[in-house]
Amino acid sequence: MKILVCISHVPDTTSRINFVDNNTKFDTNGVQFIIGPYDDYALARAIELKESAGATVTVLNVGLAETEPTIRKALAIGADDAIRVNAEPVDSYFVASQIAAQAKGAGFDLILMGRESIDYNSGVVHGLVGEMLGIPSMSPVMKLDVDGMAVKMAREIEGGKETVEAQLPLVAGCQEPIAEWKIPNMRGIMSARTKPLKVVEPVTVDSGVMLREFELPPPKGSVRMISPDNVQELVTLLKSEAKVL
Amino acid sequence: MSTLVFVESGEGKVRKTSLEAVSYAAALGAPVTAIGMGTISKEELGKLGKYGASKVLHAGDGRLNQEVIQAYAGVLVQAMNDEGADVLVLANSSLGTPVAARVAARIDASLATNVVSLPDTSSGFVVKRSIYSGKAFALVELTHAKKILAIRKNAAQARETGAPVEVIPYDPSISDNDFKTKITGSEKATGEVLLPEAEIIVSGGRGMKGPEHWTMLEDLAAALGAATGCSKPVSDMGWRPHHEHVGQTGVKVSPQLYIAVGISGAIQHLAGVNTSKYIVVINKDPEAPFFKAADYGIAGDAFEVVPRLTEAIKAAKE
Repeated sequence: MKILVCISHVPDTTSRINFVDNNTKFDTNGVQFIIGPYDDYALARAIELKESAGATVTVLNVGLAETEPTIRKALAIGADDAIRVNAEPVDSYFVASQIAAQAKGAGFDLILMGRESIDYNSGVVHGLVGEMLGIPSMSPVMKLDVDGMAVKMAREIEGGKETVEAQLPLVAGCQEPIAEWKIPNMRGIMSARTKPLKVVEPVTVDSGVMLREFELPPPKGSVRMISPDNVQELVTLLKSEAKVL
Repeated sequence: MSTLVFVESGEGKVRKTSLEAVSYAAALGAPVTAIGMGTISKEELGKLGKYGASKVLHAGDGRLNQEVIQAYAGVLVQAMNDEGADVLVLANSSLGTPVAARVAARIDASLATNVVSLPDTSSGFVVKRSIYSGKAFALVELTHAKKILAIRKNAAQARETGAPVEVIPYDPSISDNDFKTKITGSEKATGEVLLPEAEIIVSGGRGMKGPEHWTMLEDLAAALGAATGCSKPVSDMGWRPHHEHVGQTGVKVSPQLYIAVGISGAIQHLAGVNTSKYIVVINKDPEAPFFKAADYGIAGDAFEVVPRLTEAIKAAKE
């Protein structure tokens, strides 16, 4: 089985979000970058499948040279090789087009990624890639087992979950608890240095989405503390001030 | 020019998020056609007229009783074509968003999900999207002739402005090829109010000390007509099901009121709730970081405060 895992290179979940250049660029100053948490679940599941069923795992990232440490981390976790599409991942359609261009004709049985990236939160790359390649897509997938060509999944639905069966090839957008995140060990880190990382140039795409600017929400006012002996005051405030009751 | 709205339903009822989508579409100004699929009554669908749909279609093919992403996308592509719709509006949901993706790729539409505002059309077609898990927004221009907008829950208000309309049966050609994924079973929450679309949420964390104490939160939720949620450690420990986990990697919610009980407020939890209109935090530890993100706070023992609050709310509602 050939598995492609698409990873995003995103700010750590504890990062403060700021913008520069007249609110048109993310301020990377002091920000730690990580493998997208959902993508990390997808990667962990791919490695589990590699160990249990035998598979090769290729990771793909759309990003400029600064994402290579993130890609190396995925290789250290256990991916066999990597592709970096040398471009800024400006929007979902652009990223999906790059993934589809790399996957076309490459014979991947399973294409895994997170349900969404935690920077742009679009949640559509899996569906776009599925459609571009003419294969089924499923998201958000919480459980995924492969038996020959048959795939059994659990998918989260509004307020519950459903079980789904499909055949390979397939694209899945993953979320917990599909697998436990894996931490690279020293051997993984050493071997990742020499694993193949291919850099390719992007295909041209007109995605139909253009960023005008970023905006931060207005700052939050300070909290109003209420005595635990006076819950009535809270009820009154929720009714008359917040008007939510 | 017209707008098509994909209407989701559950247990025979149109979802609240889809009512919001219809009202949002009506505010765009062009005539609105709403389309429902699978098992849902004509009466229920007809009500969409009240929220701004001028025409309502029902694709009642039995195969659509299953919410299969590809099949739904296929029906929407045809309906946009048949209705001459240039804009598709739907809810940003676990069904709506993946469906929107497939439609967008098929018809080469500009796609924006997590949309929180009506478009600004003074120069181009610009919408505001929520990004960085609610920590920021992006204003994006959609440049293609066809556009798809997935509206974040509670970002638009469902407004009754008109009267019910007659529902027209719609019979698109559906290929078996679209049913390559088969739904073999489902488990749904038993509560009255679904977490992702709830107006009020009562959520519990590790401070609740064990799953057996959830009845206390359920009583408060019942008094408020609220859904219940939980923090990641709580779902990780199996105290509550995963679909109740609110946070960065769980459900992201935007209710009118979020009440957090015994949740310290890790930044990953805040990422799931920071678009709530009002936040109440009840925590024994006055230094809990969640208080900084709250509108109202009570530093006290949940096991004393919550039952008192439940009684006070019941009394206020009488």
